[in-house]
Amino acid sequence: MSKHVLSLLVEDKPGILTRVAALFARRGFNIESLAVGTTEVEGLSRITVVVAVEGAPLEQVTKQLNKLINVIKVVELEAEQAVQRDHMLIKVKTDASTRSQVLEAVTLFRARVIDVVSDAVIIEVTGDTSKCAAFIKVLEPYGIKELVQSGVLAMGRGSKSITEKILK
Amino acid sequence: MQMANEVLTGAQAIVRSLELLGIEDVFGLPGGAILPTYDPLMDSTKIRHILVRHEQGAGHAAEGYASASGKLGVCIATSGPGATNLVTAIADAYMDSVPLLAITGQVGSKLIGTDAFQEADIVGITMPITKHSFLVTKAEDIPETIAAAVMIATTGRPGPVLVDVTKDAQQAKAEFVWPPKVDLPGYKPVTKPHGKQIQAAAQMILEAKRPVLYVGGGVVRAGAHKELLKLAELIGAPVVTTLMARGAFPDSHHQNLGMPGMHGTVPAVTALQKSDLLITLGARFDDRVTGDVKGFATGAKVIHVDIDPAEIGKIRFADVPIVGDAKEVITELNQELTAALKSSKIDIKDWWVFLDGLVQRYPLGYTSANDGKLSPQHVITRIGELSGPEAIFAAGVGQHQMWSAQFIKYERPNAWLNSGGAGTMGYSVPAAMGAKVGQPDRLVWAIDGDGCFQMTNQELATCAINNIPIKVAIINNSSLGMVRQWQTLFYNERYSNTDLNTGTDTVMIPDFVKLAEAYGCLAIRVEKEEDIDKAIKLAIETNDRPVVIDFIVSRDAMVWPMVAAGLTNDEVQYARDAAPVWDGIE
Repeated sequence: MSKHVLSLLVEDKPGILTRVAALFARRGFNIESLAVGTTEVEGLSRITVVVAVEGAPLEQVTKQLNKLINVIKVVELEAEQAVQRDHMLIKVKTDASTRSQVLEAVTLFRARVIDVVSDAVIIEVTGDTSKCAAFIKVLEPYGIKELVQSGVLAMGRGSKSITEKILK
Repeated sequence: MQMANEVLTGAQAIVRSLELLGIEDVFGLPGGAILPTYDPLMDSTKIRHILVRHEQGAGHAAEGYASASGKLGVCIATSGPGATNLVTAIADAYMDSVPLLAITGQVGSKLIGTDAFQEADIVGITMPITKHSFLVTKAEDIPETIAAAVMIATTGRPGPVLVDVTKDAQQAKAEFVWPPKVDLPGYKPVTKPHGKQIQAAAQMILEAKRPVLYVGGGVVRAGAHKELLKLAELIGAPVVTTLMARGAFPDSHHQNLGMPGMHGTVPAVTALQKSDLLITLGARFDDRVTGDVKGFATGAKVIHVDIDPAEIGKIRFADVPIVGDAKEVITELNQELTAALKSSKIDIKDWWVFLDGLVQRYPLGYTSANDGKLSPQHVITRIGELSGPEAIFAAGVGQHQMWSAQFIKYERPNAWLNSGGAGTMGYSVPAAMGAKVGQPDRLVWAIDGDGCFQMTNQELATCAINNIPIKVAIINNSSLGMVRQWQTLFYNERYSNTDLNTGTDTVMIPDFVKLAEAYGCLAIRVEKEEDIDKAIKLAIETNDRPVVIDFIVSRDAMVWPMVAAGLTNDEVQYARDAAPVWDGIE
């Protein structure tokens, strides 16, 4: 099993997310995470997909994605040549005795507390997948009441842009 | 000075767009949500609309039309069940790369999502079985969408495109702008091959000792048969034509070894299996061709030419992948090889000695029926022989389809129509109808089974009323023959639910002769061998109405050769419990 981060530049048309997601399902690939949003170019959206590949090569899924009429470009972002970030909100149980320890962990991981009540805090953290995983491990003993995360966001390093060749 | 654009309703814009795109024939059936479009359609002098009896028939008719003529097939249906009845035909067109435009009415845009009467999310339903689909909710988007749909359906790898138009978009008015601006930034099919790949392929062909031209339906769709003939004669290699490619290379040509695959000829199956180079042209290594893919042509390198990059490497690694249109690729390959052959030679004499031995020892054949019924293979052979090379043959799915692929000799492309990928029973009658509309001067046969025929025979009414004189040959073995064959071979002759009771020694429900007469057809029943030719000739001569011949054939006839499912092609059986002997090659 290997994981790949794919960045898709797509036309912002109704149903595009369904088409992409359905294609993964139909061709037998598992989506591990998904992030969708508009880009700097009007009418274009970007989908970042983390896909777990077992057996069948990734090439087949990128070729099938390229066949979707509304998909303009598919790029695999390799870890070394791209920055990747997860974004999480975590609600952790706290009381007078544990709050300071939790806050210390927040500082160490360069996370932020964005809401506090007497028995819990909500923490926001960004970072790559392994950092976020490590942070969750540290918080677990205090009691994670709720966790929500975005899909991985990724962007190629350097000055080049994925939209460059598209814009004439 | 620019003239002001005409203002049309969306419905008028649909009809006008189709006219301007050169569409001459459409198949459909109206209903509530598509009613606005049927009104201006009535006034069109350029478009002939053929009213079918079931929307599936419209879909297959459009497929048959496209497959016989090489043009786009168009079908129209209303929302909800009208649209869902098209689904089978759309899936079929997707599997076999048929250029098809399906236009469906949709409930008003304000009603979408409310579970309105006859509402179905047909765009959602058909997403995995269309090349693309559109939902149009505004009248002004219609010309551009129809133009884009036609372009997508007919270029690159052809396929079905669905345009779903809401009722209010058909009723609203908008300026009709033509030609519309079609903007598809994500759609750029590659047709011209890479020069380096052509050189690499040519080199590999020159070096091969046991090359085979493995020809698929892509060659037919690309209209590359002339180029293929030139290539084959240039290099002298054997040719195998898959189920979808029957007719892409003349059967009378001595280099043609016939069809490969599960029911392929022994020489064709063996040629692939023992080859050292598969020159794959518009074929996709379908499981019905490869058998167990791990054991398929294990000693062969692969040149894979396909217009769809996703086909290359999907099933089998390609040593030389070439993305491009078959016609352009083969043309360039021919130029490259012609130049190269001035200084080098291809020597595949030993290969032909081996293959010729197989052709001699294992010709296609059959044992005649011994239960007093007709031999289906003989009936089909005679239909082919008496109809000639310009005729069109549309088959259903099953034993009769395989026999039609085997025993009719095809000399030209677009003469053999069938449901290859999807295996859709019921394809034959409506596809033949569509083919006859697209090619009115050619003789068109539907060769059907008694099972298939009962799925779509209502289109005989369409044929009779619209003066579409197709000929239907029912190969009536009173059962779901192919399933029964598998039950004979693999399920201990336990015939679970395969008896259809349409034979002369049963209750004969329905009586196909009475049924065909009720539909206004000339109906003939043939039970004796000496009546076969007479009936076929009468059918060919009768053109004032459709003809149905009920051929009562033996249910024990089986399709041979056969590679059983899941086995490798090494285990091809020439007849039951008879494996061919392969001498003289390792």
